[in-house]
Amino acid sequence: MTKLTELTLCEARDGLVNKQFSAQELTQAHIEKIEETRALNAYITETPDIALKMAQASDEKLAKKEELRPLEGLPIGIKDLFCTKDIRTTAASKILDDYKPQYESTVTQNLWDAGAVLLGKLNLDEFAMGSSNLTSAYGPVISPWKIEGNDRQFVPGGSSGGSVAAVAAGSALATTGTDTGGSIRQPAAFAGIVGLKPTYGRCSRYGIVAFASSLDQAGPLTKDVRDAALMLKIMASHDPKDATSATIPVPDFEKLLSGNISKLKIGIPKEYRVEGLNPEIDALWAQGIEWLKSAGAEIQEISLPHTKYALPTYYILAPAEASSNLARYDGVRFGLRVPGQTLDELYELTRAEGFGKEVKRRIMIGTYVLSAGYYDAYYLKAQKIRRLIQQDFEEAFKKVDVILTPTTPTAAFAIGEEPKDPVTMYMNDVLTVPANLAGIPGLSVPASFTKEGLPLGLQILGPAFEEGRILNVGYVLEQAAQFKEKALKLRTST
Amino acid sequence: MTIDINTVHKISRLARIKIPETEVESLKGDLNRILGWIEQLSEVNTDNVQPLYNISLENMPRREDQINDGNYSNAILANAPEAEFGMFVVPKVVE
Repeated sequence: MTKLTELTLCEARDGLVNKQFSAQELTQAHIEKIEETRALNAYITETPDIALKMAQASDEKLAKKEELRPLEGLPIGIKDLFCTKDIRTTAASKILDDYKPQYESTVTQNLWDAGAVLLGKLNLDEFAMGSSNLTSAYGPVISPWKIEGNDRQFVPGGSSGGSVAAVAAGSALATTGTDTGGSIRQPAAFAGIVGLKPTYGRCSRYGIVAFASSLDQAGPLTKDVRDAALMLKIMASHDPKDATSATIPVPDFEKLLSGNISKLKIGIPKEYRVEGLNPEIDALWAQGIEWLKSAGAEIQEISLPHTKYALPTYYILAPAEASSNLARYDGVRFGLRVPGQTLDELYELTRAEGFGKEVKRRIMIGTYVLSAGYYDAYYLKAQKIRRLIQQDFEEAFKKVDVILTPTTPTAAFAIGEEPKDPVTMYMNDVLTVPANLAGIPGLSVPASFTKEGLPLGLQILGPAFEEGRILNVGYVLEQAAQFKEKALKLRTST
Repeated sequence: MTIDINTVHKISRLARIKIPETEVESLKGDLNRILGWIEQLSEVNTDNVQPLYNISLENMPRREDQINDGNYSNAILANAPEAEFGMFVVPKVVE
């Protein structure tokens, strides 16, 4: 039998129902894998006792065959940005160290209500600000991927770095992530797994530590496309506690994986052939087009004229919203406090001590672009360009059903070899950010490798609330790419 | 627009983040690098374009205007660095 930690979420589900193993055995196997792979630093907080208790409750339900819930007994990890009641939630920041939420996020509540088992809370870039997981106050996450005969350690991408490393290393069947500018899709591509950013509003933001509220969206990180369909079905819901959460019904995404994309129109945006696009990725993109063509899809070149402005627009809007959202960390209501003589001094010292360098930089940018005299020139201007970017996609989706692009301009970089200039680091998200600005769903599917053996991903974008459609296209790509089969031959696991 | 040292101090005060003198210069460099790169947005014509604040704003459902939770001051204070008599404690603000 395949090792329990090598099963997909759906395979594990079937194995539990068919009594091939118990939820406690499945959970125990993952707890051991977490211990074995601790050097990756994927988890900030491990919750083995809670996991075993939840698994035991699932085994009781499984024995009685009563009301079998969709994720009954399946052990998963949660990005440490989701509030979990009475369980430490850090956002990978010193300023929230030892914060114990008094309530549960809606997404995680949905998962527990469906029977899932909590293995622990996963590492990330501080407040989800980063594309490398190097900004975490709890240290960087190390990718399970290595180059053969080479000691260099690679970043898993970010911000959901712990979430992707855990899935890639087999220390969780699936994990949750959040994506504000690419934080699910970029690390999924770096780690050779599937990452889905749903439509803005598909998953409730209630109880997710806020970064940029108009862009943040939760989604799954999984071993394959079918698992992503299963996870999203459970994570998504309308939630009266989040005014921006959508009232549109949530379909059974798994049932939409027909594998049939005959006559589907695939758009290829010429503006995504950005400067700095790795030639191997360009070749993979061409290969992806061929795969979809042979599956019967029709390929069409399209134009998204404002693409090059998406990233600078994002770096006004996201810091602006962040500077406002992070105003709550004041040393008074929760988290770290550094004493001061006056209340202002207490604020200034607490925030100086509690926030890391990148977070401070973004708060400063956000504060500046919102400050008197600059609001129109920066913030309002960016909101208008955001409209133009959204309209680009609206026009494109009148002509095509989905859009195919690479997920990232390069493969993962080694720790210590990351760009030192903030703007160069920001370029990691150049292909993922437009979907956040437009609020549309995007899926990253692992599709190939660099010649050194590092994973590369393809991204599929669809119109709002068409996650089912992009998952189905991803399913076709997955079958054509045979990534897992190729990875088996390549992979040097930790 | 370039940020000078005084502006760095002003933003740091507005953001309530104390920046040590030794870091002001490098932060100034970073901020100017980022803002210089953002400057390219000025070449986009945005006349008569409506700003887009949030994708969901058009369909936001409304709820009845009634109290539906509350009475949990203990939970609210549970994570406070300092609380007394059911209140947050801060340094004296009025002399």
